[in-house]
Amino acid sequence: MSEEKIDQGRRKFLVGTTAAVGTIGVVAAAIPLASAMFPNAQSKAAGAPVKVNISDLKPGEQKTVMWRGRPVWIIRRTPEMLNTLEAITPKLRDPNSLVDQQPPYAKNEYRSIKPEFLILVGICTHLGCSPTYRPDKKSIDQRWLGGFYCACHGSKFDLAGRVFKGVPAPINMEVPPYVFLNDNEILIGSSKAENVA
Amino acid sequence: MKQGVIRNIFNWVDERFPVSEFWRQHVSHYYAPKNLNFWYMFGAFSLVVLVLQIVTGIWLAMVYTPTASGAFASVETIMRDVNFGWLLRYIHTTGASAFFLVVYLHMYRAIMYGSYRKPRELLWLFGMVVYVLLLMEAFTGYVLPWGQMSYWASQVITSLFDAVPVIGKDLTIWLRGDFNVSGVTLHRCFSLHVIAIPLVLLAMVGCHLIALHTVGSNNPDGVEIKDNKDEKGIPKDGVPFHPYYTVKDLFGILVFLTVFFIIVFFYPKFGGFFLEPENYLPANPLVTPEHIVPVWYMTPFYAILRAIPHKLGGSVVMAAAVAILFVLPWLDRSPVKSIRYKGAWSKFFLVMFVISFIALGYFGIVPVTPLRVWLTRLFTLFYFAFFILMPFYTKYEKTATPPTRLTE
Repeated sequence: MSEEKIDQGRRKFLVGTTAAVGTIGVVAAAIPLASAMFPNAQSKAAGAPVKVNISDLKPGEQKTVMWRGRPVWIIRRTPEMLNTLEAITPKLRDPNSLVDQQPPYAKNEYRSIKPEFLILVGICTHLGCSPTYRPDKKSIDQRWLGGFYCACHGSKFDLAGRVFKGVPAPINMEVPPYVFLNDNEILIGSSKAENVA
Repeated sequence: MKQGVIRNIFNWVDERFPVSEFWRQHVSHYYAPKNLNFWYMFGAFSLVVLVLQIVTGIWLAMVYTPTASGAFASVETIMRDVNFGWLLRYIHTTGASAFFLVVYLHMYRAIMYGSYRKPRELLWLFGMVVYVLLLMEAFTGYVLPWGQMSYWASQVITSLFDAVPVIGKDLTIWLRGDFNVSGVTLHRCFSLHVIAIPLVLLAMVGCHLIALHTVGSNNPDGVEIKDNKDEKGIPKDGVPFHPYYTVKDLFGILVFLTVFFIIVFFYPKFGGFFLEPENYLPANPLVTPEHIVPVWYMTPFYAILRAIPHKLGGSVVMAAAVAILFVLPWLDRSPVKSIRYKGAWSKFFLVMFVISFIALGYFGIVPVTPLRVWLTRLFTLFYFAFFILMPFYTKYEKTATPPTRLTE
């Protein structure tokens, strides 16, 4: 076939429309593929709030429960432990909890509703390991006043889950939404008592 | 008479599918430099390991259950109740480590002899893609037994994406398919490990080989054999791949497999380096093991991550340690390819690079102490210096003149 007989305009139009429709098709196909990888309805439902009885928790003790597949700690802090929170602030990156890692009612110097009870998501904000509760003084280094230590990459947090300066973790540990149902029971995962399952 | 029948069948096929042409082009009349030493066997070894992994992988997948409740028990079933299940699994786990060992040596060979230089840049890039796919394949496979290390390794690796600005949190949830690493994450690791990554990996290995056969092998002298051809157009310093290198590679493969199976039969855990003791405990999302380390082949990068006290910074520098290898062909400005003829600075930095890589691997295994963190930072610096300073030391150092024909 000679060059003159080819209808260049027609060819250009066909190539253009085919490419355009093809692109729309690829985008349309990508949506269900990408979307299917988000948490499914079952995973979302599994995030329901958890009720915990804290009447058996002695001063200084830690209790761990699971919420949304993550460990949540309840720690009953002694007055002595609460006293360390003030002295340690110069060593902390975000002592006033400015980064949004807690519900508004826990944005205070104790990062809790009742100073005595600390509720934290037990996941290091660096790379998701679960730090260990190290309440004993000098157990990590000579100036250690008690807190949480992540053995994975050496991040340190104080007894309110606030991150130290000079460690890999960038922000304070997360305080989940919770509410006291009565003096002995708390509901983790919801700020409202009526959401109890 | 019988031979005549076989010949006829062969001809019938050959007229419809280019068997003899392929053999001629890629084996019997494919000319390779005559001076390829033992370093050139690691590519062949990696192909052998690839086949072993695919075959044992298919058999393991017949029993393995990719759910949070069933995974750990199904691995126990493989080890205890399936006939030769222990053998299939130990070949697969030893194969993973062997894969990285031979690939690292293969890459070191390329770095040493300048095999990434023009016209082999694309060959090197395909190889790098294969390496990255291999890292992904190793990670997704490591998650599958759903032991403590599996769980926490997936927690740490997926958390790396948290550090991405703005979309980090949603990206992590999307990757995990859940608010935290869970059975959903395990199941998709299985899917990626047995289908998606192997498919792309095989395609990329194919591209790597096509590119190799287009440009031909480099050699320890770094001299192009195609620059010296006889009147028939055959490189004077080349020998046909078959029988010269088929026999040499097969001999090497037998030695390699002997060592490989000694490990499979007698030291499959390799002192905790190939199979970590912590992973013999089922995954527990509430307790992180005291001492969490990846398998040895990822520890150099893990050490870099640990040594940087900044979340995003650590992830970026770790990724850069792999990414910088991609641009290697454009960093080397030396007039010669092989380390044999490069100058003293190139030799110094190559030695420092090897020492740094091994040292980083060591510091990624042992627990963190303040002194070790500083040493890790020092070796990280040496690791990057090899690449970043390469345009300068390769350009200005005094080099020897390579011969026009191959030595030996």
